Amino acid sequence: MSSRNAFLSGEGQLLDAVLRSDRFRLEREADWQELERIVSALEKGQRRKLSADDLSALPTLYRTAASSLSIARESSLDRSAIDYLESLTLRAYLMIYGTRTSFWRWLGDFLGGGWSRAVRAMAFDMLAAFLIMAGAALVGWLLVDSDPAWFHRLVPAEMAQGRDPDASVETLRSTIFGNQDQQGKGAFAAMLFSNNAQVSILAFALGFCFGVPTILLLIHNMVLLGAMLHVFASKGLGVDFAAWLSIHGTTELLAILLAGGAGIHIGRVMAFPGQRAVMDMAAEAGRRAAFVMAGVVLMMMVAGVLEAYFRQIINDTPTRFLIGGIMLTFWALYLGLAGRWRVAEARP
Amino acid sequence: MNTATNAATSRIADVAGRVRDPTKTRNLVTPEGIALSVQIASSGARAGALTIDIIIIVLTLIFGTIFLGVLGFQVTGDEGESAGIGIVILWFIFVFLLRNFYFTAFELSPRGATWGKRMMGIRVAARDGGRLTTEAVIARNLLRDVELFLPLMFMMSNAMLGEGAGWGAAAGMAWIAIFLFLPFFNKDRLRGGDMIAGTWVIETPRIKLASLVADGEAARGISTATGARYEFTAAELGHYGEYELQTLEKVLRQNEEAALVSVAEAICTKIGWNAGTGDERAFLEAYYTQLRASLEAKMRFGKRRASKFDQQI
Repeated sequence: MSSRNAFLSGEGQLLDAVLRSDRFRLEREADWQELERIVSALEKGQRRKLSADDLSALPTLYRTAASSLSIARESSLDRSAIDYLESLTLRAYLMIYGTRTSFWRWLGDFLGGGWSRAVRAMAFDMLAAFLIMAGAALVGWLLVDSDPAWFHRLVPAEMAQGRDPDASVETLRSTIFGNQDQQGKGAFAAMLFSNNAQVSILAFALGFCFGVPTILLLIHNMVLLGAMLHVFASKGLGVDFAAWLSIHGTTELLAILLAGGAGIHIGRVMAFPGQRAVMDMAAEAGRRAAFVMAGVVLMMMVAGVLEAYFRQIINDTPTRFLIGGIMLTFWALYLGLAGRWRVAEARP
Repeated sequence: MNTATNAATSRIADVAGRVRDPTKTRNLVTPEGIALSVQIASSGARAGALTIDIIIIVLTLIFGTIFLGVLGFQVTGDEGESAGIGIVILWFIFVFLLRNFYFTAFELSPRGATWGKRMMGIRVAARDGGRLTTEAVIARNLLRDVELFLPLMFMMSNAMLGEGAGWGAAAGMAWIAIFLFLPFFNKDRLRGGDMIAGTWVIETPRIKLASLVADGEAARGISTATGARYEFTAAELGHYGEYELQTLEKVLRQNEEAALVSVAEAICTKIGWNAGTGDERAFLEAYYTQLRASLEAKMRFGKRRASKFDQQI
């Protein structure tokens, strides 16, 4: 190695050094500086500047520097060398154990089972989110059923856009049929996607406060949906409204369910960590939730396209149900089955 | 290594000039079982990095919007409405990515840091010493939405609407305060995102290897200027510990005449020498080398002396 060359070339300094710890350092510093060169290049993202030999030498040089550090700590009072080695070893360690998987590899991992396994690991929280959502929709329905005035209390006028209990059947029908000529579908899809994905991220992130705000947000949204459903159903348009909603709603509501479930999962772990340290449990839950949330963003993208294009183009109830049903079946099969038989494969 | 030594030596600024705060030093055990000492990034560095990042995000948002707007006007003239819609789609996606993935994308790079963090010399790492995973980086940044963007937007919309500015703004401030000050309430300076991702933010000083302090003839105790020979007895070397040695190292590295003279005088008084004037550097190099040799020799037998206030060994 290069340190040996320095020794043999007899730079004079090496053999002359009075202190044993200085000799120790002079014998090894060429290796340290070699490691520093490689690490600096990696930090700057200049992997191409490095040869294959450099990369294969990295782990060895790292271990050399680390062992130099532990020897120096116990035998040298050369502050500059110890500080240097501390910094160098840490930098090398961070390069070796940094994020090294490429985006594409991660995506393959994510779609090939990472996402669906994470969802299945949260089955309890997903069930809780489902029951909360279904219950809230039922409450919204029952409230408006008992007194239509509840609708105005629950649904803000700018959201209802005239779709209230006083609206005529024709007005309501016109909101769910015959909008095929609407312009700017692409921009509408992009807006729907970014808005819905943002709300889902919010619903998840609020879970950090022991899940309570997440649950409130789920209830709020589903009460509105229940109230709206009642308005249409009371005019005999319940099935048509459900079909109009299902075309994108099966994907979108499922995504909201996943985001809410992930938020509840985080909150539950923070509140009731069980036998293990709360920080370890939270970290594990958070990484699982990251997979679920990446999936939610993907689903919101699909939902945006379905809502902006297909809901406008397709104008009859059976076809709308068909598409909504196909999407629901697809997600259920994918999330239920993907990666089920590769569980044994250990993640690094 | 005993803790007294640790505390005494860690009070000295390192070569990079920063003082190590012992309460912020953690041992990170790598998978090979090597204990590395890491410094938790200071609140100041974190706040500075966040400020820089917010400025970058806002500037990117403004210039990106202007760019897309200008582009939109130009293409709408030629291509009609459909091209304009394309621009609107791009804008929505641009804003979404900027808000949600600026931090994630940069923290996934080899340096594990956004531009703001790079400038402050800090980065994200896994708390358990293992690999920093993609999921961890996503998780730690998903929470930024409630920690940062939501309260900011909440306050802005409150200010614009002018209504509910009273309790609404107060609630927004209280909300941002809970998350913003969360790092002050735990010893590792973790924010909510760090907690659920199993990460922390650490300092990554880039220290250069300084040359040997004393490696010439003076290190052997021989002054090249006067030919005098400086040799110290065990008793004369027994006055000082590691703290004084490292202070002396710093003085020798800075190499300022006035400091050299006053330190040489102080040592001479303490050990009862009269070395004369004009040859302080050689005297100090000799004393440094022999003191270090004596302390290191004892160190090899596991005996350490943190400072002159420690008992003699």
